[in-house]
Amino acid sequence: MNVVEASGLGKRYGGTWALRECTLEIPAGRVAALVGPNGAGKSTLLNLAVGLTAPSAGEVTVLGGRRAGSAAALDGIAFVAQDTPLYKSLSVADMLYVTRNLNRRFDQPYAKARLAELGIPLRRKAGKLSGGQQAQLALTLALARRPKLLVLDEPVAMLDPVARHDFMATVLAAVSAHGVSVLLSSHVLTELERVASYLILVSRGRVRLAGEVGDLLATHGQASLEELAMAYLRETPTSAVTR
Amino acid sequence: MTALTMPARPDEDGARLQPVPWRRMAGVTWRQHRYALAGVAVLLGALAVWLWIIGTPLHHAYAAAIACHPASSPACVGLDGTFQGMDNLLTGPTTPGGVFLQVVPVLIGAFAGAPVLAREMETGTFRYAWTQGFGRWRWALAKLVLLAVVLAAAGVAFSVLLSWFNQPYFAPANQALGPYANSPFAWFNLREVAFPAWILVAFAIGALAGMLIRRVVPAIVATLAAYAGLLLATGGLLRAHYLTPLVTTNNFNLPSTAWIISQWTAKDGRFAFTGLPPISLVNKFCSSVPAGPGKEGVSLEAVAQCLARHGYTQWTIYQPASRFWPFQWIQGGWQLALSALLIAATIWLVRRRAA
Repeated sequence: MNVVEASGLGKRYGGTWALRECTLEIPAGRVAALVGPNGAGKSTLLNLAVGLTAPSAGEVTVLGGRRAGSAAALDGIAFVAQDTPLYKSLSVADMLYVTRNLNRRFDQPYAKARLAELGIPLRRKAGKLSGGQQAQLALTLALARRPKLLVLDEPVAMLDPVARHDFMATVLAAVSAHGVSVLLSSHVLTELERVASYLILVSRGRVRLAGEVGDLLATHGQASLEELAMAYLRETPTSAVTR
Repeated sequence: MTALTMPARPDEDGARLQPVPWRRMAGVTWRQHRYALAGVAVLLGALAVWLWIIGTPLHHAYAAAIACHPASSPACVGLDGTFQGMDNLLTGPTTPGGVFLQVVPVLIGAFAGAPVLAREMETGTFRYAWTQGFGRWRWALAKLVLLAVVLAAAGVAFSVLLSWFNQPYFAPANQALGPYANSPFAWFNLREVAFPAWILVAFAIGALAGMLIRRVVPAIVATLAAYAGLLLATGGLLRAHYLTPLVTTNNFNLPSTAWIISQWTAKDGRFAFTGLPPISLVNKFCSSVPAGPGKEGVSLEAVAQCLARHGYTQWTIYQPASRFWPFQWIQGGWQLALSALLIAATIWLVRRRAA
């Protein structure tokens, strides 16, 4: 099963294409990293995949052919948006309540145990938590929905190194424990080195490269994901190179 | 970091989904909007206490004045004077209290309605809300309808209390008691159907403005402006035409409770004057009209009869008080329809809005 399938996918805001002619298949069971400079179209691609945005061209399906944004798609995907938006005036317990009631599944014992481990008090207002705690809360809420696909938009951009490490540890633990597929975007390449098994390189609204990290490194003769990405992003070929 | 707790393996297939039940939105809506709802409760509650405090002595004074016989006795005149003298901020719709009450629906609508979507857009939390399993248009529909119903119900309860307060001023027996006998139309916007309907309209305008403007404060300002325009247009242009007005030339049979829309005098089918007849006209035709009984100067009725003999007819276009409730329902009806339309437009925007 492919967790995301796009064909000829494009999104135009006004006269400019934020993303165009995007065709890709992200297989299940991977941690897929969406890499590219700021403004490359990463958020646009993720918003299309989770159904927040409707495509201007082409189409995108998720979780084996479900229309992005459909009830079946929303049920299986958990999304943590950039800057991890939470209702700042609600307590942590209220955020659990709201998320539980907005979804068919919610693993309350898991969420409570996770928050206890993280030392996040249930009675504190979400807005009073530190940046790292807010990110962990948003991630915990997402994982407690028991998604098949977890989508993270620049999850660690605002976090300090320790919070970054803890956040990614939580993601990886969820991957190894119940095989959730992950699609995350980042412009912090060093964080991805450890976690990513699938890479999608995006720049200037086009997909430049997509594939298994191991295959890509072998094919392109690069020692690390970072070098591979840098090499590609420096070149920024004018014609789209996929796969 | 200690060992991580893991979620259990997901076991459900997403092929055939039961949607998340609607009723779950009740608790969600309450948690998110309890401060706004508490604010409405405090505002209406404080006004209710105030109405009760000033209304209780008013009702006692009225009951005493009505029960007194014979009405012309000095004691009764005194009681009547006590009732008439019970001046307060709410003696009429144009007193400060009356004016403030007319603003209450838009305060409720703008401050409870505009932030519902504008705050989600402003803080980015719509990215959270619209990607939950409930589904975004169902989320918007449930939330808006729930809040609208609760606010309208609060409006009904409050307007019932306000009508209790006003009852001495409207009671048929009061027609004889003095200057406050007024048309029920004067309080039209604050009555049991119109008041909650205005709250609904203001709420729906606020919700749509919030979705269009995506910022809380500008959305509130826009709501206030749009509401003011609609209020003026309704009172000044629409309401008089809910039913075809009646026309009479027999003004002294016109009940004091009628809503007079316009009044003028004509001769030979041509407009002559509005309001009181010009002095020159009275001197020309009616200088010999005797003074009215017990009054100084000339009786208006006698002058009118005199002018009528000379071919002057006073025309009055009015709505009788018996049309008060039909008018309430007509206005309530179109405002309910307008609110539903605005909320539907808001949900349509939620459905198609790009992130």
